[in-house]
Amino acid sequence: MDLPRRYKFGLLWTAGLLVFALVPLLMTSRYQMNLAGHILVWGLFAVSFNMLWGVTGMLSFGQALYYGIGAYSVGLLVTRVGAAWFFPALGIGLATAALISLLVGLLVIRMTGVYFTMLTLAFAQLAYQVTLKWRDLTGGDDGIQGIIPPGLLADKTFYYYVVLAVVFFSIWVLKRMAYSPFGLVLRCIQQNPERVRFIGRSVRMNQLRIYVISSLFAAAAGALMAGMDSSIHPDMLYWTTSGEVILMSVLGGINRFFGPFIGAIVLILLEDVIGAKTEFWPIVIGSVILVIVILFPRGVVGEAQHLWSRFRGDSSQRSPA
Amino acid sequence: MNALLRVEQLRKAFGGLKVTDEVSFSIRPQEIAAIIGPNGAGKTTLFNQITGQLPPDGGRIRFEEVDLVGRSPQDIVRLGIGRSFQIASIFPDESVRDNLLAACLSRLNQTRRLWRPYTSHLQAGEEAMAILASLGLESQANRPAYELAHGDQKLLDIGIALALRPKLLLMDEPTAGMSPEERQRTRTLIKKLWQEYRLTLVFIEHDMDMVFGIAERIFVLNHGRLIAEGAPESIRANRDVITAYLGEETG
Amino acid sequence: MDFAFLATQMVSGFSLATLLFLNASGLTLIFGVGRIFNFAHGSFYMLGAYFGYQVSAVWGLPFWPAILVAGAAAGIVGSASEYLFLRRIYGRPHEGGFQILLTYCLILIFDDLVKMIWGSEYKSIAKPPGFLGAVQVGDVFIPTYNLAIIAVGLLVVLAAWWILSRTRAGRIARASAVDREILGCLGVNVPLTLTVVFGLATALGGMTGALAAPLRSVTPGAGIEIIIDSLIVVVLGGMGNFWGAWFGAILLGEVNAFAVAFVPEWSSLFSYIVMVLTLIFRPEGLFAPARIRKA
Repeated sequence: MDLPRRYKFGLLWTAGLLVFALVPLLMTSRYQMNLAGHILVWGLFAVSFNMLWGVTGMLSFGQALYYGIGAYSVGLLVTRVGAAWFFPALGIGLATAALISLLVGLLVIRMTGVYFTMLTLAFAQLAYQVTLKWRDLTGGDDGIQGIIPPGLLADKTFYYYVVLAVVFFSIWVLKRMAYSPFGLVLRCIQQNPERVRFIGRSVRMNQLRIYVISSLFAAAAGALMAGMDSSIHPDMLYWTTSGEVILMSVLGGINRFFGPFIGAIVLILLEDVIGAKTEFWPIVIGSVILVIVILFPRGVVGEAQHLWSRFRGDSSQRSPA
Repeated sequence: MNALLRVEQLRKAFGGLKVTDEVSFSIRPQEIAAIIGPNGAGKTTLFNQITGQLPPDGGRIRFEEVDLVGRSPQDIVRLGIGRSFQIASIFPDESVRDNLLAACLSRLNQTRRLWRPYTSHLQAGEEAMAILASLGLESQANRPAYELAHGDQKLLDIGIALALRPKLLLMDEPTAGMSPEERQRTRTLIKKLWQEYRLTLVFIEHDMDMVFGIAERIFVLNHGRLIAEGAPESIRANRDVITAYLGEETG
Repeated sequence: MDFAFLATQMVSGFSLATLLFLNASGLTLIFGVGRIFNFAHGSFYMLGAYFGYQVSAVWGLPFWPAILVAGAAAGIVGSASEYLFLRRIYGRPHEGGFQILLTYCLILIFDDLVKMIWGSEYKSIAKPPGFLGAVQVGDVFIPTYNLAIIAVGLLVVLAAWWILSRTRAGRIARASAVDREILGCLGVNVPLTLTVVFGLATALGGMTGALAAPLRSVTPGAGIEIIIDSLIVVVLGGMGNFWGAWFGAILLGEVNAFAVAFVPEWSSLFSYIVMVLTLIFRPEGLFAPARIRKA
């Protein structure tokens, strides 16, 4: 590893942190801060999802399940038991997500390709239906309102900074993971699972491991979101939520670690601007992604880097992660 | 005489077709042996059974007195059997170095690590560089593997298997699809690797210069049966072998 | 337990199964022939229902021709989608993921288009005259329209059986559940075949949607529910396995019919429960050999 590259990277990292840290100071409205908070949480969710898809090649259409588990753990415990339970609830949410993802993972990882995708979707829809119908526990389609985190956390600005710290820390952890020996094996699984077996590693075991890890971070994102919006809704488990992170990843670029995060920024800002003008937001984003899939499969980050490397006359630009 | 690998009465049929028919043989430590036979003789199928991809219908496969039947490919690899493939099996988007690093890290049992960058693992890095040097691919280290020429991809495939420091290395047609010059080079290289790494090496090959040039023993398969085994001179003179090959040519 | 009640549920389960099967067979057809997974298949079902509504309720075409027109229109949209979009990603690495993504975009687009054109209220089609009432067998009342659906389903099964086992196209379709290159080697114009088969599959979906419309009102977004149900059918039967899909559909249809009767509140969970149980005990599917699913 050459130093300048690392240096450049650290610089970008700090710049990103700074931009998000300045939002509450420079932006006047709470709305804008909330928007930035949403970008952070969705960014974490999308990056964690892409560890499955972009890195390992497992297209899950059911990560909303774990996002929902995180959100409902916090929502239920904070409103039913007490605000002080915010952090324990986070822990319980993560533990539940770990357990469920382990059980579901054992079942769905036996399948490959389209089967894997559709079964993850079916499991998430099962959870969605349960959440919708079990009104006594979950409030059904009314969701849960008035989730106020304890103490200082009740302050929106303070909460924003907590979210910022947790998200950046989590993404840093995931980034280390992507470039660790484990991350290398995951990439290898995507490219040639048979060879992975023939270097003596179990494909399924590693897939299961990343499935659980990815789900944990999805649950963390859900938990953070519950505290930020103070309300949760069964739609957090609906298939469109899983679809959202897929769209973000494609938009940003699935072959770049930060692609999904950039995708989250672009998608949320677009949705904010266009969604305000028309109720037909899905057709807009559907068409945009259609064009990206057909013409620019590298995504925003990938295409930008590709152009840049062409511009410098460097033909052998290769993809990390 | 202690055998490293012992195959006993191995049987496998696809429907009515016997692809492995009561095959028994053993491989001695540090020998270099070739398996030859006409297309469809069951050579690759035999490898697939040894490495655990394909369950045999009957018979035993023992490696250092451990029974291999019923074990998964990854278990068998970890017991010490490496393999290279007829069509180079590599990680196309990774750099040549990272291809080898993945194998070295796996051998060193480091793949569960999820914190330190994989590039900073010193021992794996040294081992990968050593293998690059043995293969003569140092100058390609940073290129993505898919950019390599066909012959170099085959070498990289062999390199991945070597990086596992196998006690037994199985190569499936190491020179398949190569030009005559590349073949020549690969033949010398494989002989050199065999000596350098003190390997026990079994290879499937159609290139007769290679088979008779470097193998100490030759096994001949035809229609799933082992029809001859022995030193190159005795195989050259064996009538059954000649008919097997001529028979294939005439019809 | 009341026999009449059980029998009524049974028949209702059969007609539901027929709809599921018709839709799932379109999904499985294009997957079997072209290895294309059409995540938007349910959207063509929904489109068919809206086309049926437009043609019969608004333009006043009689019911049965309207069903055919609806199916044909959905098929044309399907062929166009394949021709304009899907064909551009064939052969790409990780094509499977991109197929899902691209067809996911189609779901988003069709859902909104339907909302733009027809609004988001419930729409329904009247049952055709002559199929409004019920037939009485003993003390069991069976709605004639349900019987009509079952009959249509049987007709399609017979036709499919005939095509698959007696025609050259059918043999190619069965043989080529392998890959597109083999199709090419058989001297088939692959791109054209895929467009046509995609059109047929989506037409089947559209026709099913229109058929179902008198029983279940249509709304935008109906596509996703039906695709998941169809997928469960296909998982039960084995993807690309025509007969397996039929048994899977009957199983799922009956389970649902009885769930609605006994535990209406939780009935929407049962499809998933069937799927989970299948996965736990028969992960290779109820009827398919294991290797088919390694697609």
